[in-house]
Amino acid sequence: MGEERRNILRWLLGTGFTASIISFIYPAIRFMNPPAVPEAAVNEVPAGSVSDLKPNSAKIIRFGSRPVLLIRTSETEWRAFSAICTHLNCTVQYQQAERQIWCACHNGFYDLSGRVVSGPPPRALEEYSVRLRGEEVVVARRA
Amino acid sequence: MVGGGLKDARAWLQERLCLGSIQKFVAHKTVPLHSATPWYFFGGITLFLFVIQVLTGILLLLYYRPTPSEAYESVQFIMTRVEFGWLIRSVHSWSANLMILSAFVHMFSVVFLHSYRRPREVTWLSGIVLLGLSLAFGFSGYLLPWNTISYFATKVGTDMAASLPWIGEPLARFLRGGEDVGGATLTRFFGFHVAVLPGAMTLFLLLHLALVQKHGISIPPKVEQEARRASKPVPEMAFFPNFFLRELMAWYAALGILGALAALFPWELGVKADPFAPAPAGIRPEWYFLAPFYTLKLLPSHVWLIEGELLGLLAFGLLGVFWALLPFWAVNRAGALRTRLVTGAGVALLSYLAVFSALGYWR
Repeated sequence: MGEERRNILRWLLGTGFTASIISFIYPAIRFMNPPAVPEAAVNEVPAGSVSDLKPNSAKIIRFGSRPVLLIRTSETEWRAFSAICTHLNCTVQYQQAERQIWCACHNGFYDLSGRVVSGPPPRALEEYSVRLRGEEVVVARRA
Repeated sequence: MVGGGLKDARAWLQERLCLGSIQKFVAHKTVPLHSATPWYFFGGITLFLFVIQVLTGILLLLYYRPTPSEAYESVQFIMTRVEFGWLIRSVHSWSANLMILSAFVHMFSVVFLHSYRRPREVTWLSGIVLLGLSLAFGFSGYLLPWNTISYFATKVGTDMAASLPWIGEPLARFLRGGEDVGGATLTRFFGFHVAVLPGAMTLFLLLHLALVQKHGISIPPKVEQEARRASKPVPEMAFFPNFFLRELMAWYAALGILGALAALFPWELGVKADPFAPAPAGIRPEWYFLAPFYTLKLLPSHVWLIEGELLGLLAFGLLGVFWALLPFWAVNRAGALRTRLVTGAGVALLSYLAVFSALGYWR
C-alpha cells in the first residue's frame, strides 16, 4: 500500500514537474516563431512611363515587397517576371547582349518567356502581365 | 619585505583556490615529441584567434547598430571616423577567416595523425560541433555589415535551408524572422552572432578542452609502433613550461600574420545592400563556402525526379554525418584501426574542398 502510494506521488510529482518545464519552454519556442505580418494585397503597380525604358532594356520594380523584372523586349512588346531566381532566391537581371535573364549567383539562364535555358534553376520564373495605360506602364499579377 | 608580502598573498590564494592541485596536474601533463609535433599547435592557435574575435567583437559592439537603415552606415562610421576603427574591423574579419582556416588545419591534422580514436571519440564530436559553430559565426557575421554580397549570401543560405524536406520552410522562417531576408533577419543574426553562438561556443570549448586535458595528447599509431619495435618510450616534453612557451611563440607569430594582413589588406565594406537590385556579376561566398557553392552551380536543375539543389543539400548532409561519425567507422569489428581508409577519406575530402574552392573562386 505504501509502495503504491509512493508510486502515485512519484507519478504526480514527475508529471507536474514535466508539465511545468513544458509550460516554461513553450512560450519561449512560440516567441522565436516570427508572426505573420499581413501584407496589403498588391495586384498591380504602375511601373513608370513608356519612355523610361528603351527597347531591349529592363529594370527592377517593386511589386509590394517583391522585386519584379520589367523588360521592354522591342518597341511594342513588354514582359515582366518575378525577379527572384527559382534556384536559391537571388535577384536576376536582364542581359541585353544575349537577350536572356541571368542569375549571377549560380549562373542560371532564362529565356524571354521565363523558361529555364540552362543552369541549376528548377522552374520557370513567375510571369506578370504588362499593359499600357496611355503613357504609363502597368504591371499586374496574372489571374 | 615585498617578497614576504607576495609569498603571503600566494599562500592565501593557494589555500583558497587549490592552486596546488592545478600545479600538480599541469606538471604531469606531457606532449609527445615526433616529426608531426608542430601540428599540435593548431588547436591552440584556433583558440587564440577565437579570443581575438571576442575582444575585437566587443570593441565593434560599441558602435555597431543592427538595423537595415543604420548597419552599413555604422560600419562605415567605424571604418572612417573612429580612431583605428578600420584596423579593429579588419582584424575582426581577418581573424575570423584565419580561425576557420586554423580549425580546418587542426581537424585534418587530427584525421591524419589518427587522434580521434578511442577514447577520444567525444573530443572529436565536440570539435565537429565547434567547427559547425565557427561556420555559423562566419555566416551570421557576414550579414551584419548589410552589404550587397552579404545580403545575397544570406538569401542563398537561408533558401538552402528552406529547400530541406519537412523542416525547411519553418527553419527558414525562423532564421529570417519572416518570409524574406530583411530587417528582422539582421536583428536575429546579430542576436545569434553576439549572444547565442558565443554561449554555445564557450560551452563546447570548455568540454573540448576538458576532454583534451583528461585524455592527454594522442600519440600517432605509427610513432607508437616504432617506439614499441625499438623498445623505447616515445620521447616527450613537459607541457608546462616547455610546450606552453612554444605555443605562446606560435600565438605571437599568428598575431604577427594577423596584424600584417589586417593592416596591409584592410577588409572592404562593399556596396550597401539593396533588396531591389540584381545580384552582381562575380558574386561568390566566403572561401570556406566556395566548394558547396561551386557544386550547387554545377548541379543540373533535375537529377531524375529530384531537384538538383535538394540532391546537393542531401549529399552535403550525408557527407557531414559520415564525417562526424569518423571515429566509429574508423575501426573494424575486431577493433583494429582502418588507418588507410581514414587517410584515403581525408585526402579525398581535402582534395574535393581544395579543387572545388579553387574552381569556385576562379570560374
